[in-house]
Order: sequence, then C-alpha cells, then structure tokens
Amino acid sequence: MELFTNQILAGISTGAIYACMALAVVMIYQAIEHLNFAQGEMAMFSTFISWQLMQWGVPYWAAFVLTLGISFAGGIAIERLLFKPLAKAPILTNVAGFIALYAILNSFAGLIWDFTIKQYPTPFGSSPFLGSQLISTHQAGMIGVTVLLLVLLYLFFQFTRVGLAMRAAASVPESARLVGINTSWMIALGWGMAAAIGSIAGMMIAPVVFLEPNMMLGVLIYGFAAAVLGGLTSPFGAVIGGFLVGIFENLAGTYIPGVGNELKLPIALALIITVLVVKPAGLFGRPIVKRV
Amino acid sequence: MTAMLNIRSLNAYYGQVQALHGLEFALNEGSVTTLLGANGAGKTTTLRAICNMVRTTGAIEFDGALLSGRSTENIVRLGIAHVPQGRGTFTTLTVEENLQLGAITRRDKAGVVSDIERMYAHFPVLKQRYTQQAGTLSGGEQQMLAVARALMLRPRLMLLDEPSFGLAPLIVRDLFKILGKINREEKVTILVVEQNAQLALEIADQAYVIETGRIVMSGNAAEIANNEDVRKSYLGY
Repeated sequence: MELFTNQILAGISTGAIYACMALAVVMIYQAIEHLNFAQGEMAMFSTFISWQLMQWGVPYWAAFVLTLGISFAGGIAIERLLFKPLAKAPILTNVAGFIALYAILNSFAGLIWDFTIKQYPTPFGSSPFLGSQLISTHQAGMIGVTVLLLVLLYLFFQFTRVGLAMRAAASVPESARLVGINTSWMIALGWGMAAAIGSIAGMMIAPVVFLEPNMMLGVLIYGFAAAVLGGLTSPFGAVIGGFLVGIFENLAGTYIPGVGNELKLPIALALIITVLVVKPAGLFGRPIVKRV
Repeated sequence: MTAMLNIRSLNAYYGQVQALHGLEFALNEGSVTTLLGANGAGKTTTLRAICNMVRTTGAIEFDGALLSGRSTENIVRLGIAHVPQGRGTFTTLTVEENLQLGAITRRDKAGVVSDIERMYAHFPVLKQRYTQQAGTLSGGEQQMLAVARALMLRPRLMLLDEPSFGLAPLIVRDLFKILGKINREEKVTILVVEQNAQLALEIADQAYVIETGRIVMSGNAAEIANNEDVRKSYLGY
C-alpha cells in the first residue's frame, strides 16, 4: 500500500510538470491551431538561461524570476519573427517552422553550454517532506509551484481585461477584432505566456532529469499526451490530463511487468494514439467544427 | 446635416473576383440608412469594406478621415460598431462577458457597468441569462446580444448585417423597434443591410439599392418604398 501511495504522489509531482507543458502547448494551440513541437526546447533553453544566471552568482529565486521575464520576451520575439509571417501559410510550412525552431534551440544550447549533463539546484532541498518517506520536499515544491501558477493563471483569465480579451481572441478571432481587440498581439502574448509557463516546467524538472540539451524530449511527449488526453481545446483539461498522465506513467512503470524506464516513452505515445482513436476531442475538449 | 460616412468609387475584391464596382454613397449623422439588394449583390461586402475586412480600393471617409490602411480593430476604436452576419457570438463565453467585450476598448469602468445595466433594461432576456454560455442562447437572443454588444462600444455608427436573419417575425419587429429607439435616444447613426426590405424601409430615412456590386437606386426611404421596381423586386407586391 505504501508503494502505491508513494507512486501516486510521485505521479502527481511529475504530473504537475506535464500539466505545465500541456498548458503551454494548449495556449499556443488555442491561439494558432498548431502544435508547438519546439515547446520543450524553448523550456530547455530557458532552464539553461536560469542556470547561467546562477553560475554568474544570481540567487535562485532572482534567477527564476529573471528567467520568467526573459522567456516571456523570447516567446513574443519568436512569434513576431517566425510565426506571425507564417500565419496564413499552410500547415506543413508551420510544422517545418516548429522543427526548425526545435533544431536551432537544441544546437545553440549544445554550442553555448555543450552536451554534458549538469547538476541543477533545487530551492526546496531533497529531504523527505514533513518527515514522511512518501515524497521529497522537491516533489512537494513542484506541486506547490504548479498549483500556485494555475491559480494565478485562472485569476488572470477570469478577472482581468487582457485575460478576457485573450479568451475572446481564441474563441472567435473575427468578432474579437470587431470589438477592437488587437488579435495579433493577443497571439504574441499567448506565446510569451506559454514560453514562461514552459520555463517553470523546465526549471522544476531539471533537478530530477538533470540539465542537458535533450532533457525536455520525454517531458514534452508526456506533455503532448496530457494535452491530447485532456483535450487540445481545453486548458483545464490539459492540466487534469497532466496529472492523470503523471500518475499513469508511474503506476504503469511499477506494476506492469516489463515496463521499466525504457518503455515509459512508448507508453506515452500509445496513450496519444489511443485517445486520438477513441475520443479525438479528449476528455474535456470540444470537437472542432469548421463551417465550410 | 453633414455626411458622417462618405464612400467614393469603392471597389472590393475577394482574391481575383471583384465584388464591388465603384460604389458611392454617404450617410448623414443621426440617420438610419438601409442597403437593399438580393443575395450576392454586395451588401455584406460593403459593410466588411468599411471595417477593412476585405481588400478594397477607393475612399472611405469617416468624419473626414480616411479609413483605408487602418486595421479593423483601429476602425472599431473610432466608434464604428459592426454586428456581423451570423451574429459573431463568443459562444464559449458568458452573456455578461460578451457584453464586457463590447466595451473592451473603453476605460471608464463605472460607465461600462452602468451600460451593462442599460442593456439589460433594453433586453430583459439577457439579464435572465447573464451567467449562461452565450452559445446556449436562441437565435433571437443571440441577435439581441450582438446588438447589445455593439452598443457597449458607445458607437457613433452602427453597422448591422441582416439582423432579421433566421428570427421569428415577432422577434424581428421587437428588434427593429429597439433599433429605432436606439437611433432616436442615443443618436447612433445606423447602416442596416436587410433582406426584409419592408421592415428596413419602415425605420430608415435613406435607402440605397445595390445590384451586382453597384448602387442602382437611391433616395429617401419613403420614395424607394413607393418605387414600382423596388416594390416588385424586393417587397413582393
């Protein structure tokens, strides 16, 4: 029983990271209806920036906040420079854009910081949480940071003018323009926020998976699985999907014989395919209907 | 009376297809003007051209300033509210959020709050449903929401694209009564595109008839209503 509880809690803590990645993916999907394959690399690059800041002597939380700001600006810059010009381009052109961005960020990270694996600090420590053997303080911290982030995002989208404008622009772009919303900037803002959310996921998971240019590959695939499971049209679903996928991953790894760490990724991919076949809109999404 | 909106030799294009051919007309401040015409005549395109939602050449002047080159959202910010065909409801948001969005460019919070109450007075059914997702409203309710959303801008000019479309006759009557009241009481200039010519001519001061992208007739609404050709083609008697 203790193993079971332990695996559930561990699942929730990694699930929190998947939830962040899924949320970032969904935010961009809502804005431009494309999957950002480079979301993980953006998060990885942000994490390296925070690491670099700490190497220069910036304290952890200052580096954390600075990285959020840099990532936000970087997300906006990527949208303005690369994806705004592609807005009316066919889907494959956009996919090529994402793959290019993926490759560029990955190789630049390797070039600047090289491919050796680095330790990344945790601000929470890694002792047992509240004296219990079930969960470490870092895992508890990951859950805490994610929950705080989700609450702040909820308040932002529900109770601020800009949040409302962003929801409107994602819901019916043409009507949004007709009430005077600059939808193009709302998309850029979505990119900025997605990049910042991704950077939180990167900085939280780095002490677990260690820092290196390919650190986010697995995390992003689980993030995709979470987004697909929850529904690509539902930010709320993406978050729930994240936690579910985290728990599922841990339980499968523990209880299904033969599924060790090696088969964890295929499990995520199998989950994506299953959801797409059985319930393409996901648990909380709505089917996308296009008028022709 | 001075012309608030002045349109000269307006052409509009969808890709290679030209939809408007040298359109010319003017709207007087405080008036209700209707644009009549069959399907595909270019009525909707004219409204979309004013908000720069199609490619155009020619001149559109609002209060003496040229609109060409401005983005849709900047044109709206000048005080031009557009109720699009199909109502453009933010279906996933609540009724009240739809109204707030109409006023999203305004900075006077207190004014917005009191305007929402004013809209509820105009359209009591919206008040009953204010927390509901707007997509769950009936067609008539969504049309009222669309008009209310446009009014939340405190527009100087309101463009309405087939407000009667898909609505029961009684609801259409109500809606046009409210439009007349809005024009009189709030001094909003109205340009309404309608297939229901009879109703539109009742509340309009001025009317234009448009055929295949050209204005073929213009005059005050009563004159147009009595015109033999218009009666045969658009009023059906």
